[in-house]
Amino acid sequence: MVKKHYHHMSKALTYTACLGPFAILFFLFQLAPILWVVINSFIYEGEFTFDNYRAIWESAFTMQAFYNSLWLSLISSVLGLLIGLITVNSLRRVPGKIRNAVIAFINMSSNFSGVPLAFAFIIILGTNGALTLLLREIGLIDDFELYGKWGLLAIYTYFQIPLSVLLLYPAFDSLKDEWQEAAALLGASIWQYVYKVALPILTPAMIGTFVILIANAMGAYASVYALTTGNYNVITIRIAALVSGDIFLEPNLAAAISVVLMLIMAFIVMINYTVLNRSRYAKKQ
Amino acid sequence: MQRNNNLLHRIVIAVVVLVMVLPLVATLLYSLSTHWGATILPDGFTFKWYLDLLGEPRFLASFGRSLLVCICGLFLCIVVMLPVIFLVFLSLPGLKKVFNFIVVLPFAVPPVVSSVGLLQLYSDGFLPISGTFWILIFTYFTIVIPFVYRSMANSFAAINLHDLVDAARLLGASTPKAFFLCVLPNLKKGILSACFISFSILFGEFVFANILVGSRYETMQIYLYNTRSVSGHYTSALVIFYFAFIFVFTLLANRIGNKK
Repeated sequence: MVKKHYHHMSKALTYTACLGPFAILFFLFQLAPILWVVINSFIYEGEFTFDNYRAIWESAFTMQAFYNSLWLSLISSVLGLLIGLITVNSLRRVPGKIRNAVIAFINMSSNFSGVPLAFAFIIILGTNGALTLLLREIGLIDDFELYGKWGLLAIYTYFQIPLSVLLLYPAFDSLKDEWQEAAALLGASIWQYVYKVALPILTPAMIGTFVILIANAMGAYASVYALTTGNYNVITIRIAALVSGDIFLEPNLAAAISVVLMLIMAFIVMINYTVLNRSRYAKKQ
Repeated sequence: MQRNNNLLHRIVIAVVVLVMVLPLVATLLYSLSTHWGATILPDGFTFKWYLDLLGEPRFLASFGRSLLVCICGLFLCIVVMLPVIFLVFLSLPGLKKVFNFIVVLPFAVPPVVSSVGLLQLYSDGFLPISGTFWILIFTYFTIVIPFVYRSMANSFAAINLHDLVDAARLLGASTPKAFFLCVLPNLKKGILSACFISFSILFGEFVFANILVGSRYETMQIYLYNTRSVSGHYTSALVIFYFAFIFVFTLLANRIGNKK
């Protein structure tokens, strides 16, 4: 009996020794900050209130930041997804050697983001950038405003492409070449095959990829910050300015904006998965 | 027909690769050029900017800091996660569900959001580490949890953990001994791949470094940002150095990974 008790004790001790450090660190540096954000978003000058949320709604500047972030995220994610689909489809049809080399290259270029990428964009697309000059010479553009919404859309789309390709690539494994032949034998056109067979099968992967791309873009900070030195109004820049800027620090307002940002992301995930559940193929899986 | 299609696919891939490679090539050219003003191609070529870079103590110091902070954060994560995953796979499989949730949490919460809370919690109070090396180590620990868990969980799933531990125990080893002498050597590949993925992610980290610490502990990303007004050529050389470093690192990682 005593021995059994001792055994239990030592088991509990082992479990604590193994799980304890992780639990403490994870709580302190992952959970506690989130809890702080959620709780303090409801506190203004020491009192429980919805004032911080009202302040978001009433500030045209903050609303614009949400609008800009959503605009950039949605469009760059759709573009990223489309380019990813086209690229992966082509990758499946070229010899293995080219395919592996391209995948390795894309894998590498997924590291090319944030501050270094912003500088590269300034060099090629800035006011005197080589590509800007080239395009101006050909007469395609009058002037390209890299530091505004189109420049940001370009850089967002650029960093979405590798992610999109790498996430979609495995999904194309489930698409058998024989199905296309079978569909053709049964008299389907290539478009019928795409709409009735390929797209439904790829839908789950496309939705999963889309959600990750959106989250990636909504949370993007480094590239915008480096490209516009924090002057373009997107939501992450707004939050960071409220906690570490040089003017007025309003951490509780930053917390409320953060909560709204997380809710928007949760909402997007929910919509996407509702769509996913409605697709017939996913149900059968 | 088949041939035309093949050509079409090759063109598609060529265009995508061209677009992806363009910013890199332009930066490389810029870093090697003497002057590149309002012309489409640069005037002349030089290695001056790279020599400047390697002779700059502030750059070397920031590079060293980045290496240190990435290695420490990663090391902490692996040391802390190993016993956890071992225990989860050996005797607490019910916790796997919890970990599947933990692993997606950092993706659902953007780093900017975490940094709001981190900045308030650790600026003063019981653990005033904001603005120092330490806050970076601990936040980098949280960044790499998903990658470390995934790669290690994969290699734990690949070995026959229960049989391995039972056999070692039958032969008289204690559980810790079984872990260190039998299980750990089998996890080499998982640990290595966790290191490689995580390292390049941490090396490119900017959000926490900028918001929580900034110039008080200047990592390479922060130094890169701070040099933006110095000279475009110098900054380009720095960008190319950064990318070349990641490139060589990934190449070595693949080489080692394939050998095992």
